Amino acid sequence: MKRHVVATIDGEHAEFLCDDGQTLLDVLRDVLHRTGTKEGCGTGDCGACSVIVDGRLVCSCLMLAAEVEGREVETAISISNGDTLHPLQRRFLEDAALQCGVCTPGFLVAAKALLDRNLDPSESEVRFWLAGNLCRCTGYDKIVRSVLETAAELRGGTG
Amino acid sequence: MQYWSPGSIEEAVGLLSETGATTRALAGGTDLLAQIRIGGQAPERVIDLKRIPELGRIDVDAQGFRIGAAVCSAEIGEHEELRAAWPGVVEAAELIGSTQIQGRASLGGNLCNASPAADSVPALIAAGATCTLAGPDGRREVRVEDVVLGPGQTSLALGEIVVDFRLPRPQYRTGDAYLRLIPRSEMDIAVVGAGVCLSLDRDGHCTACRVALGAVAPRPILVAGAGEALVGHAVEGDALAALSAAASAATDPIDDMRGTRDYRIRVAGVMARRAAVIAAERAASRV
Repeated sequence: MKRHVVATIDGEHAEFLCDDGQTLLDVLRDVLHRTGTKEGCGTGDCGACSVIVDGRLVCSCLMLAAEVEGREVETAISISNGDTLHPLQRRFLEDAALQCGVCTPGFLVAAKALLDRNLDPSESEVRFWLAGNLCRCTGYDKIVRSVLETAAELRGGTG
Repeated sequence: MQYWSPGSIEEAVGLLSETGATTRALAGGTDLLAQIRIGGQAPERVIDLKRIPELGRIDVDAQGFRIGAAVCSAEIGEHEELRAAWPGVVEAAELIGSTQIQGRASLGGNLCNASPAADSVPALIAAGATCTLAGPDGRREVRVEDVVLGPGQTSLALGEIVVDFRLPRPQYRTGDAYLRLIPRSEMDIAVVGAGVCLSLDRDGHCTACRVALGAVAPRPILVAGAGEALVGHAVEGDALAALSAAASAATDPIDDMRGTRDYRIRVAGVMARRAAVIAAERAASRV
């Protein structure tokens, strides 16, 4: 029998049916068709499926969909304001902080979670915070630079 | 697989006590769900403990700290009072996996997953933490070092769960520290983990010391001889060398891709010594 789950997803009331064994990632992609969240490893190593649940950055592959009953889930989709990109997204584009793009939604969710807590992180803090997000294309440097520049921009500096 | 999310300890214990179906307790899920994915085989029932209020809170009173078994590492790291009192325990919890993992991983899960290399376990053992178990026969208090028996094996009885971890308020001039060696700077499993908690007298002589090691034996170990080697001495020179030697001698590690047996034996002593020096600095800074 399917389970009926009620939660808030990207600011909207959401109800879905799932199997008890399905992960949040499975449901986001295959049931709700919110494919902005990517699957990389499926075992919590790569961070491509990062989402925020009740304010905490987590891997949606390591969470059962049934667990989000009554909880608030934010995915990469909610980072932009409609067609207006978040400064992090804009910087990623400007700095070419992505190539194939599979890891990008996870990086954006994780980086935004950092900047929501700390608008003045050091480079080392950015690197440690993002250690659970793997990128096989960029070599990380452009990603880290984009996050630092966005932080400066959001602080009101010139970036 | 069936998912259950009991709201009380009694209900959870009842569900976990039933036989006839393979059942696993779920805390943060960072080990369990990865194991299900990698192993391709799910238990028939998963009992989520995170909706039980007592397991999801950190409480502080005159006696000390009560850390709910399902509280995530990130929340432990954000608890200023706990961080100030037991920095070694907190730094161990904060070494578990990535930021994402720390949003879910719990001390109860880290203990009951029973990995020899679990980061929080040596730190908790060194700090002298106990844990409260609840089961079909009621509750009991056990020392953390008595829970893990070997890889994947614990001393918990059928139906028992870890409710919380207890830490006292630190005594006069007491400090703890945890150090871990991994082959890179983040996102790996300990080659050696060393937790040390020690107390100093007014003159800087050690009055009590507990040393615990991870990843160098089939389970995390308390090395009584290493702690005793430091008692009565200043935290330096020959006494530290004796601590280091006792730590190395107590190990029985494996060879794997992260390090050879000989390397682990040697490094266990080095990490124990360095953790002792940090613990002593912390102890000395406390009045």
